[in-house]
Amino acid sequence: MKSQPDPLNLFICGVGGQGNILISRLIGRALSKKGYFVTVGETFGSAQRGGAVFSGFRISKRKYYGPLIPEGQGHIILSLEPLETLRILNAYGSAEVVTLTNLKSMYPVGVLSKRSVYPDLENLKAAIQRLSKSSWFLNATDMAMELGSAIMTNIVMLGALIGSNSLPLSMEDIEEEVKATFPGPKSDLNLQALKRGFQETRSK
Amino acid sequence: MRDNKNSKAIHFLLGNEAIARAALEAGVQVASGYPGTPSSEIVQALSQEAKAHHLHVEWSTNEKVATEVAGAAAFAGLRSLAAMKNAGLSVALDFLTHLSYTGLGDGGGGMVVVVCDDPDAHSSGDETDSRWLAKFAAAPLLEPSNIHEISEMMKWAFDLSEEFKCYVMVLSYTRLSHASSAVKVSEVPKAHREAHLDTSQTVSPYVARPHHAALLEKIAQIRPRFEASPFNKYEGPERPELLIVCGGSGSPCSSEAVELLSLQDSVGILKIGTLWPFPEKLVQDYARRTEKILVVEEVDPFIEIHVKESLADANLEAKVIYGKGSGHIPAYGEITTDRACKALAEIFHLDYQSRTVEYQQALSEEVDKLLIDRGLTWCPGCPHRASFWALERAVKADGRDIYVTGDIGCYTLDVFPDGKGQIKLLHAMGSGTGLAAGFGQLGKFNSRHPVIAICGDSTFFHASIPALINAVYNKSNMIQIVLDNGATAMTGFQPHPGTGFNATGEPTNRIDLEELCSSLGCTVAVSDPFNVRRTVKKIREFLKEEESVRVLIMRRTCELLRMRQEKTRPFVVKIQEDKCRGEKCSVCSRDFRCPALVQDLETGKVIIKEDICSGCGVCFDICPFNAISREEVKK
Repeated sequence: MKSQPDPLNLFICGVGGQGNILISRLIGRALSKKGYFVTVGETFGSAQRGGAVFSGFRISKRKYYGPLIPEGQGHIILSLEPLETLRILNAYGSAEVVTLTNLKSMYPVGVLSKRSVYPDLENLKAAIQRLSKSSWFLNATDMAMELGSAIMTNIVMLGALIGSNSLPLSMEDIEEEVKATFPGPKSDLNLQALKRGFQETRSK
Repeated sequence: MRDNKNSKAIHFLLGNEAIARAALEAGVQVASGYPGTPSSEIVQALSQEAKAHHLHVEWSTNEKVATEVAGAAAFAGLRSLAAMKNAGLSVALDFLTHLSYTGLGDGGGGMVVVVCDDPDAHSSGDETDSRWLAKFAAAPLLEPSNIHEISEMMKWAFDLSEEFKCYVMVLSYTRLSHASSAVKVSEVPKAHREAHLDTSQTVSPYVARPHHAALLEKIAQIRPRFEASPFNKYEGPERPELLIVCGGSGSPCSSEAVELLSLQDSVGILKIGTLWPFPEKLVQDYARRTEKILVVEEVDPFIEIHVKESLADANLEAKVIYGKGSGHIPAYGEITTDRACKALAEIFHLDYQSRTVEYQQALSEEVDKLLIDRGLTWCPGCPHRASFWALERAVKADGRDIYVTGDIGCYTLDVFPDGKGQIKLLHAMGSGTGLAAGFGQLGKFNSRHPVIAICGDSTFFHASIPALINAVYNKSNMIQIVLDNGATAMTGFQPHPGTGFNATGEPTNRIDLEELCSSLGCTVAVSDPFNVRRTVKKIREFLKEEESVRVLIMRRTCELLRMRQEKTRPFVVKIQEDKCRGEKCSVCSRDFRCPALVQDLETGKVIIKEDICSGCGVCFDICPFNAISREEVKK
């Protein structure tokens, strides 16, 4: 991994219920074990009910930073939903940001009620590309469903994040956390999901 | 809080879990609270430790009772904790103001009240600032500015409480309660105190005047401790050009802003952890080293007003004070590094841009074209969606101008832009019922609005019961709908008196809603909101009656809870494309708004999103053209 800013600011974002909090805990633990000072900020409660959710990481070799990331200071965005990548870019993006986006759209309720229209996916991709230094797009939900359940989308994306080499974490570091979190047969499935995502970004 | 047992394990905890852990390490034996974001995980984390450490942990019916239960333990010589959100403190205050006058007695117990504020009102109806209420109740108030400070501060709070025989308030806030980090943990004491009560004397705030005088004396004794506390820290040059005085989240935001603007040589930061009684002398000492002061804090100018008072007391008024009074920091919303940067840039005449002009322009172009908001909505399979669907139908069919009052829970989402908009008035916990009881009296003034109050099951036990009794007693003309989903769902599915389980998951007495309401003299009916037709019929019948207070319990388990327990979908739901009228109809997607039912952009026909469909099957009843089929999943 190349030289990194300090603090390194990472976002894990998506829609309530997609499992961003679970992978945040895995990453937080793994980085802490490697001696990094890590603070994660989240909001939950009503925000879970179909709303936009995110975890913001402050990762430093020097000290603990507060959980709130300043505007325009995002370095990495892992997004479980494409519209949410743009939402985080809007507040925290800069010309230096690396994005990893799961392409499975989750329509906001305003789209169902026809108050708004979900943007064309190709236009959304182009915008994310334009606003990122480098951007990865994955069909992580499809990959998770091939492995057995959409619930593992977050783990596929976590694998992709490790494969993209933008965090100071190795596959072994994160595998250890996955094994500790998922008991028994679930562990193997999640390790497969992790590997699936890893291969997508590592081979490119 | 359940981390690996071995000592090398990383304890990556939420702020709230760190608060719970610190209480445990401080020897807490009784903990109580009522769920409310962002405070819920404190009692929840302790409930998971109750068995292993022989604690009594409970979800109390409301915050006032919670503080009374914790107070009882302290009177009996134990250490206790009560946790709540800012709105809950207002409920508890009647007891707490009296408890300040009496103190905790001579039993030797200690009590800490943790209040979690929600600046920005992420999950609240207001962003009221609890610091005033601590002062109002004359409770010593501490506020951590990061997770790593929690452990020591909580333990000190218990020690102070025991030494001065008063409860101590510890303030948390969303950005502390819901932040997480690796936290150092230590041993939980094995020794337990035995509870005993002193029957030889009477404790009471009456006669109040001498009690008040004694309380002021106690606060005067605590003040020098606060002045000297290591939770107040200064970092910066010996004689700073500008002194920042801050507390809580204002502290990390100030440090980072100073770093981003490279002002380390000009700006010093005094972080206050002991908020009240305010450490006046400390602030005066640091104020003497500078001519300019900026106060960085959340919501109200609490520190700022106390800084100004401190300076006036020491005849130091000549200093320039920036903050909320000067307009440099807004007096609403949470404090952010960006807000601190903006204030500093203005004071130091610096140009601070968070990103380049080119990037900002590209961003604006794309965002204007593409970014849409993501409103809150009920989960796929949520009973509330069907309940409000039924209510809307019943109200339309009735034809009169019906007035619906709401309450606090997941069903509050009805008032959001993509809710059903049935609720016309919404306030505090239980207020829907109290207001409806009032509206129900207005017939004699020619009000022609039938009145319906809606509340959830947990809210009903928390604060609706006294209002319902009031309605019965004063013969108000109203209907009460209780949306009984078997949990305090919004805050994380905590049990309540109607569930038959307690905070530690053990079976307990279940308060029967029907029997309770019947015993009050209400006409009571129960319906399943997924039986839409019957539910509409029942509401319409109740609207026609006017003789008594009518209670309709709409009962169906929260879908998230059901899925946790049953782990399977009840139905496989399918769209029969030939029957679906698509854009011409749109009832299931545009009107019912289940997130799992979306219209194909090209054909307009509805598709089921398999990844999120809960298989509840209620859309089978909603579709006017029988285009949705459902097949039971065999268990």
